[in-house]
Amino acid sequence: MDLSKENMDALLGFLKQTKDREATCDDCLAAMAEFAETHLAGKTIPESLKAIEDHLEICAECKEEFETLLTALREM
Amino acid sequence: MAVETDWIERLTGESSARDAALADLRELLRGKLRHAFASSGDDFIEDITQDALLKIHSQLDAFEGRSKFTTWALTIAVRVGYTELRRLRWKDVSLEQVTENSASVDAGRVDSQNEPAASAARKQLVEAVHAIIDEDLTQKQRDVLKAELAGMPQEEIGRRLGMNRNAIYKLTYDARRKLKKELERRGFSQEDLSTD
Ligand SMILES: [Zn+2]
Repeated sequence: MDLSKENMDALLGFLKQTKDREATCDDCLAAMAEFAETHLAGKTIPESLKAIEDHLEICAECKEEFETLLTALREM
Repeated sequence: MAVETDWIERLTGESSARDAALADLRELLRGKLRHAFASSGDDFIEDITQDALLKIHSQLDAFEGRSKFTTWALTIAVRVGYTELRRLRWKDVSLEQVTENSASVDAGRVDSQNEPAASAARKQLVEAVHAIIDEDLTQKQRDVLKAELAGMPQEEIGRRLGMNRNAIYKLTYDARRKLKKELERRGFSQEDLSTD
């Protein structure tokens, strides 16, 4: 399997962010509400939510959902 | 409108309280989803509001009180919305189309032709990544990786493979870890993975 330069760069970026332990999409969904409230309150992200922050950097779908959630919450 | 602490009590209470709470929650979600998915039509908003309500009601046990109830409910509703949106967007595309298309773009090319201006170090890295992908990943990991790099959402890849999104995430996570470990074994460091 040959990758284009663009795909290779994307993959290398993902590899750089790859950790020995990562939160999954299910973990992210379970903690996303708490993470969003912490984020919107401008508070420091606690250690317990760091893995969620990392997951959002690497998972485009969770990131998209998170951004939309923030948009909706700002309207509350 | 119910105050925050009442939601679970009302949603699990006797029928008239429950129905009223569901109506309140429906109204709240509908308004938020309309804003969140502003480019989608009313039918879409109605459908996902209904689906989200059912989902939220069926998993009230999963609410741990780590956020406001309404924030938690909205999180689930947004995911329901995107699940449907992604399904609609990708419904006519097969996994084979995605993996074959991205293969044909590169068919017959060798690495140095893909990146004629690359440094020697970059060429070594690219070669190693390709070799590890071919030698150490499973066919399924290769297919999923290729589909993801082509932009197909994990949910949609999973739908075509009979797996859920979480399982797809774990599959590519294992593939990434394998790649990274093998690159380290071959002498590449974290810094070598920089793309510039
Ligand atoms: Zn995710």
